[in-house]
Amino acid sequence: MSISISPASEEAFVGQQFDDIEQQRDAAKLGMWIFLATEVLFFGGLFLGYTIYRFTYGHIFVEASRKLDVLIGGTNTAVLLISSLLMAFAVRAAKLDQRRALVGLLAGTAVLGCVFMSLKGVEYHKDYVDHLVPRMGFKWEGADPGNAELFYWIYFAMTGLHAIHVTVGIGIMLVLTLLAWLGKFSHGNHNTVEIAGLYWHFVDIVWVFLFPLLYLVGHR
Amino acid sequence: MEEVVQPKVYVRTCIALLVLLAVTWSIGYINLGPFNLIVALAVSIAKAIVIALFFMHIKGSSRILHLAAVAGVIWLLIMISLTLGDYISRGWVPLNH
Repeated sequence: MSISISPASEEAFVGQQFDDIEQQRDAAKLGMWIFLATEVLFFGGLFLGYTIYRFTYGHIFVEASRKLDVLIGGTNTAVLLISSLLMAFAVRAAKLDQRRALVGLLAGTAVLGCVFMSLKGVEYHKDYVDHLVPRMGFKWEGADPGNAELFYWIYFAMTGLHAIHVTVGIGIMLVLTLLAWLGKFSHGNHNTVEIAGLYWHFVDIVWVFLFPLLYLVGHR
Repeated sequence: MEEVVQPKVYVRTCIALLVLLAVTWSIGYINLGPFNLIVALAVSIAKAIVIALFFMHIKGSSRILHLAAVAGVIWLLIMISLTLGDYISRGWVPLNH
């Protein structure tokens, strides 16, 4: 045989259970998409609860939603959308074997994730000061305080679960930045970056739904 | 090396997403009655599809990935529609809002 397999070739990264690198990539992507389908159902329970209570107590949900800070929520949507752009470019850089660009883009994605979390922290603190946190000094001047509190339970559960996902994503991005800097994703070994990208984009999609459903119930 | 998408595709995708965000945000200040919810949901679904197609490379990927991507959404729709149907038929969810 005249084919030589050097450690630098793509074949070096193929697990023994796979025929070739193409099959290995397809398996990794399929596995990630199946995981994301389970994540849809994980968040889906909260979206179901939201749907039922929104239709049951629609009027009070509109009132409660108006107290949330739409400027921070909207800015955070833009931050996540731009972080997704950086992530898409990171996957591209990994495929093109551009190590320096990959390190920068992964770090940039992590930084934008941190910006999102910081704004979220400022917002949660503002909610606390405004007496909007259930069981922690919650005060409601208008009618039906019980169901207004219910809206904020749902708001904190949904944004909280999302924030946990963003935090996990930031951790993944930081580890990947380090590994990329060490040159672990060169010569076609970019599966990890690609499926981490799928996770990051999914977390972005969840926020795309949370923003209008929580901040813009009815009109302002 | 795998084939990659032109950078301008990603930039255009991001611009489209930011424009859709501006649409959602500004609609939030206009009273459209029940259509506030419908427009907001329609724009969110459009954004999710754009992200999945271009950022997550569903466009140009294999059929089995399309199936995996759609499966979760279909189960979610089944869960929400059957549960809502139950609540509404018992009269627990008023429909006059």
